[in-house]
Amino acid sequence: MELGHVVVLAGGLSYEREVSQRSGRRVTEALRALDVPVELRDADATLLDSLVNDPPDAVFPVLHGAAGEDGSIRDVLELLDVPYVGARPDACRVAWDKPTAKSVVRRAGLNTPESVALPKEVFHDLGASSVLEQIVNRLGLPLFVKPTRGGSALGASPVHEAAELSAAMVGCFAYGDAALVERYVEGTEVSVSVIEIGGEPRALPAVEIVAPGGRYDYTARYDAGDTEFITPARLSPQAAERATAAAVTAHRALGLRDLSRTDLIVDADDEVHFLEVNVAPGMTETSLLPRAVSVAGLDLGHLCQSLLLNHLP
Amino acid sequence: MEQHSRTDAYSDRYAARAAGMVPSEIRALFAMVARPEVVSLAGGAPYVSALPLDAVGDMIGQLVAGRGAEVLQYGSAQGDEGLREHICEVMALEGVRASADDVVVTVGAQQALDLITKIFVDPGDVVLAEAPSYVGALGTFAAYQADVVHVPLDEGGLIPSALRESLERLRRDGRRVKFLYTVPTFQNPAGVTLTTARRAQILEICAEYDVLVVEDNPYGLLGFDNEPMRALRADDPDRVIYLGSFSKTIASGLRVGWVLAPHAVRAKLVLAAESAILCPSNFSQLAVREYLATQPWREQIKDFRELYRERRDAMLEALDQLMPEGCTWTRPAGGFFVWLTLPEGLDSKAMAPRAIAERVAYVPGTGFYANGEGHRHMRLSYCFPEPHRIREGVRRLAGVVEQELRLRDTFGGVGQSGPTGVHTPGPHVV
Repeated sequence: MELGHVVVLAGGLSYEREVSQRSGRRVTEALRALDVPVELRDADATLLDSLVNDPPDAVFPVLHGAAGEDGSIRDVLELLDVPYVGARPDACRVAWDKPTAKSVVRRAGLNTPESVALPKEVFHDLGASSVLEQIVNRLGLPLFVKPTRGGSALGASPVHEAAELSAAMVGCFAYGDAALVERYVEGTEVSVSVIEIGGEPRALPAVEIVAPGGRYDYTARYDAGDTEFITPARLSPQAAERATAAAVTAHRALGLRDLSRTDLIVDADDEVHFLEVNVAPGMTETSLLPRAVSVAGLDLGHLCQSLLLNHLP
Repeated sequence: MEQHSRTDAYSDRYAARAAGMVPSEIRALFAMVARPEVVSLAGGAPYVSALPLDAVGDMIGQLVAGRGAEVLQYGSAQGDEGLREHICEVMALEGVRASADDVVVTVGAQQALDLITKIFVDPGDVVLAEAPSYVGALGTFAAYQADVVHVPLDEGGLIPSALRESLERLRRDGRRVKFLYTVPTFQNPAGVTLTTARRAQILEICAEYDVLVVEDNPYGLLGFDNEPMRALRADDPDRVIYLGSFSKTIASGLRVGWVLAPHAVRAKLVLAAESAILCPSNFSQLAVREYLATQPWREQIKDFRELYRERRDAMLEALDQLMPEGCTWTRPAGGFFVWLTLPEGLDSKAMAPRAIAERVAYVPGTGFYANGEGHRHMRLSYCFPEPHRIREGVRRLAGVVEQELRLRDTFGGVGQSGPTGVHTPGPHVV
């Protein structure tokens, strides 16, 4: 079966639009190198007409942020009966909401840092300082604050002292209306991509992230700089095995499909802690999944092609 | 196979001056600004659609068909002589008397700024600039590792007594001040204009301390009420280096600007320009020259003025009606920009994502300071969106500020958002 017409969806109206555009171009170029006829397009007001009038064989969504990862674009593709790569809408919704995803993987046996998720109204109604005090009493310090939804570390920051917590909350609420405050786990930051060809999820080698100043924030992620990636991650064989197993467990437990990327911390005792999962992992030149693909001896174009072929009759 | 890699594999090879070239997450947010759903009060792009595009198209077509061998060829590093003569006519509107021989045509005034900084500034030299100052200039100064010292301005422009204090302090500290960079008329970003009285004082102080003045004047002909202000250059030709641009009076896409400098400086600028670009685009220069020679450009500038006046009015009216108490803003008499100050405890950079989520964009004030200040300010531009969109943008912005006030009341004033610095501007920010 050959792919006749593929649409790569990128851009969209989210904070991660630029990253998504870069991911989209990368996937498009990788597929074009294999002579797959690809159209790269934005998710805008002209999308539906074009999908209806000229239905593609399949869509490869690389939309990051809301709409792309919360399942809504995929809901629309389901409405139109257009096949697409990646998780189904209901699974996306669970994975997109970090507190919900944490509960699901915890039930599946994974460790995940103790946390509390609260909307900003709670702080307004109950008094921010009292609520923050209780959070610190319960979870201790250091903490990590991030929006319950969203990616690319936007609005996310570590908190080492109680006095920093208010500013971290305000920074977080700039990107969303609810915050996840997590106990900060010291350890090696790794990311494990899972790909699924022929129905069987397979973990790629873990990528270790060493960010300048220990902070893998938005700038460290996407702007050329000193963030170092080591693949496979420098883990003991036991920890490496646990990390890849955790990513596959998360992928299965959350009911994901085709590809996902799980971010983990491996602590000094080789325990693996689940942080979050991405259903539309970044595909830019500095992204983690393409690095893992390359170290695994695979070609990104062939991988994308295989994932698309998963969905042809 | 183990693989070590970095986001930038070249990071240990760059020159020290590249360390100041930092993109920001704000830049990434601006990727959304191009979408029609977002009302952008961020960009400084002139409304070129108001040009007689058919006539300009015909003119350019004839230019290439008739004189293609010249138009499409290299030119001289100093720029086309005929264009330089026209430039002198344009500057005469602001009282500047100049010889075409002292004009160097550049790729927008931005390149003029780059060349001037290149020939005058060594790393660590002091450049004085208004607080706030044009983001593109700050980017250039950072690239040449200048030490920018800001001098405050108010509704009447740069404050002479503050300039004197800064110069006195720097003299005491033994610091070498290479020049004062100023946008005296319809300033970017503050929208204010240096008063006539202060113009004389500023020139006097600069003479006293023997400091050169770089006068950047892209908006001078876009005043709404009066005749053009007299340029600083008109009153001190030996001390003032004047930067001009056709970006706002004709078209920014042509990238034609110029610098008028004392004769000796002009010679250095030509050599610097030659090593940078050989020569500015002949195509663009001759298009501008032909436009000035054959099109009613003075009337077109009047049309632009009316268009921008209507938009300025729309913005001020909407701000007056909608912005929450505690916000203040400037009332520009020309140019493109309003400078808004938020209530105590609010941070324009921190609230930018929320604004984008509400489909309105502005430029956070921090971009206009080299020293990390500006958190309480933002630049709003009215040059590009149509009046009804401006009103809608201000309505959305007012809602965002209301939400931020509520957040401030919840968490208290929590200081400033993350790291700041001079960020290389994208074209959408100029």
